[in-house]
Amino acid sequence: MSATSAQKPTLLSIRNIAKTFGRNVVLRDVSLQIAEGEFLTILGESGSGKTTLLRIIAGFETATSGEVWMGTERLDQQPPYRRRVNTVFQNYALFPHLTVEQNVAYGLRVARRPDAEIEQRVTEALEKVKMTAHARKKPSKISGGQQQRVALARALVNRPNLLLLDEPLSALDANLRRQMQVELKSLQREVGIAFVFVTHDQEEAMVMSDRIALLRSGELEQVASPREIYSRPATAYVAQFIGHTNLLRGEVRDGVARCGSLSWRTSAADGPALFSLRPEHLRPSSVASNGTVRVTGKVLQQAFHGATSLVRVECAEGLVLVMRTSSGALAAQEVELEFSPDDAIPVRESPERA
Amino acid sequence: MFSRAYKTAVTVPPLAWVAVFLLFPYALMFCYSFWSVTPAQTIVHSWNFNNYKELLQKSVYWQTLLRSMWIAARVMLFSLLLGYPLAYFLSFYAGKRKDLLYQMVIIPLWVSYLVRAYAWKTILGSDGVLNTLLQYVHLTSHPLDFLLYSPFAVALTLTHIYTPFTILPIYASLEHISRNLVEASHDLGATPAQTFWKVIFPLSIPGVVAGATFAFLLSLGDFLAPLLLGGPSGIMISNIVVSLFGAAYNWPLGAAISLGMLVIVVSLLFFSERLEKKWSFS
Repeated sequence: MSATSAQKPTLLSIRNIAKTFGRNVVLRDVSLQIAEGEFLTILGESGSGKTTLLRIIAGFETATSGEVWMGTERLDQQPPYRRRVNTVFQNYALFPHLTVEQNVAYGLRVARRPDAEIEQRVTEALEKVKMTAHARKKPSKISGGQQQRVALARALVNRPNLLLLDEPLSALDANLRRQMQVELKSLQREVGIAFVFVTHDQEEAMVMSDRIALLRSGELEQVASPREIYSRPATAYVAQFIGHTNLLRGEVRDGVARCGSLSWRTSAADGPALFSLRPEHLRPSSVASNGTVRVTGKVLQQAFHGATSLVRVECAEGLVLVMRTSSGALAAQEVELEFSPDDAIPVRESPERA
Repeated sequence: MFSRAYKTAVTVPPLAWVAVFLLFPYALMFCYSFWSVTPAQTIVHSWNFNNYKELLQKSVYWQTLLRSMWIAARVMLFSLLLGYPLAYFLSFYAGKRKDLLYQMVIIPLWVSYLVRAYAWKTILGSDGVLNTLLQYVHLTSHPLDFLLYSPFAVALTLTHIYTPFTILPIYASLEHISRNLVEASHDLGATPAQTFWKVIFPLSIPGVVAGATFAFLLSLGDFLAPLLLGGPSGIMISNIVVSLFGAAYNWPLGAAISLGMLVIVVSLLFFSERLEKKWSFS
């Protein structure tokens, strides 16, 4: 568990949630705690059930079994309009017949707040997302990025306990998207409201989150901070989904892992084993280093990624390793690589699920 | 690009169609409306405004026109009151029965207008189903005569006949509303009733306007329902036009009324178009 969730009290507690649509199992036994003020990302491929989980929290979908609690209050038996949870929808879902201002005021109006209060809070919210200049415009007259901000203001103006965001950045182009990631993160810090952010983009999840909950086929694979999930992936799936990795399949006997001709000391338990080795932990071997695992191979391909390159190296017995290097193109065709045994992280298999 | 010959081939037929079946008859009507008819019942091609003067001076035309509009307004109102809830149910709550119910709305349109109008005659007549039933349960001792041969009968029948025409555009506009907006409204704390009045209804206004226009204009020009069920008190403007072109043999006056109606209809269409545009946001 990350520092955030350990220090702060739990805000939302998802307990053994399962959801089936007909014969189609979308979520199975998902349990998750969200801390106050936390930025939690539910990460998963399309069809992993991440949006369904979000919709269950918001109240648009009823779980087949399980419970959702907010503090001492059972949330899943309440209609969406009684939950102190607001959502930023993927397509923003701004009311097309209302102006930006009226959209933002909507939640306060239906709650019958006094006019003066509405005006003041709407003004503040629009300032916060820098949309004051567009207050009188209809949503169709502003850009996608601006609609995004209005959707945020419309949700935040209600001061919810929890804000749900359903892939809110997926419709934006890459540059605007990166900019919004930063803005969204700093906005979240500023308002101190817990965010549950759904995305399929692992990079986005890494940049923004306090914790990532990785969903696969309706089950949680791992819930951890970005750093932990990257450096200590629990399963082969997590290791592959978050960043690049090399998966080494082998066997552990008496504290020694063997994978083809390679072997190294490990603390993993005896038996068949799977190790994740990040490309950046491989490097061309040097004479000076000792205690490293060495392997020779032939350079298959080099892909330039800007600051780094990814080099595919074919070793003996059909083993292909990917190495990340920041030192430019490799001249040699034959290379000797090395890695430290500590960097080979044992991971669980990720069996196929229907 | 398309060749000149191809462009001609695709544009000329529809233009010719419009010219022959719309522009030419209207032009003819326009001319007729300035001609006159002699007591010996021959049409004289002498240009004057007498027909229009007569329309403005004789109260029977005004009264009939106002009655027609009043009947049409009632039909419009009843069609909306009946049609909106049905369209709303169909769009939001019908679920798997949607297609079946939609077909049930459409099917009456396949039944002859005359059959449906006559059906009301057998229901509303003094020996009809309704009066027999009312007498049988002793709600009344003698047949209620306002049921048939009255503006009420005309409005009722036209409502029955034209309600599907209001349901369809309302249904279409409701289907057009993204369900995400409904969810967003609930998410922001609006109850189902608030969501209906603040989101669903405003976004369905183009359909309501289109449906209201259909019901009003189709009723306004109707002449069969008043002929069959209206009686003397339920005469509508089209009945006058029919008799002027028929038994009364005063085509010029009939043409003048028709053109007057055309002006009313076109201005209403123009108005409703603007209203629809004002409330469309896609």
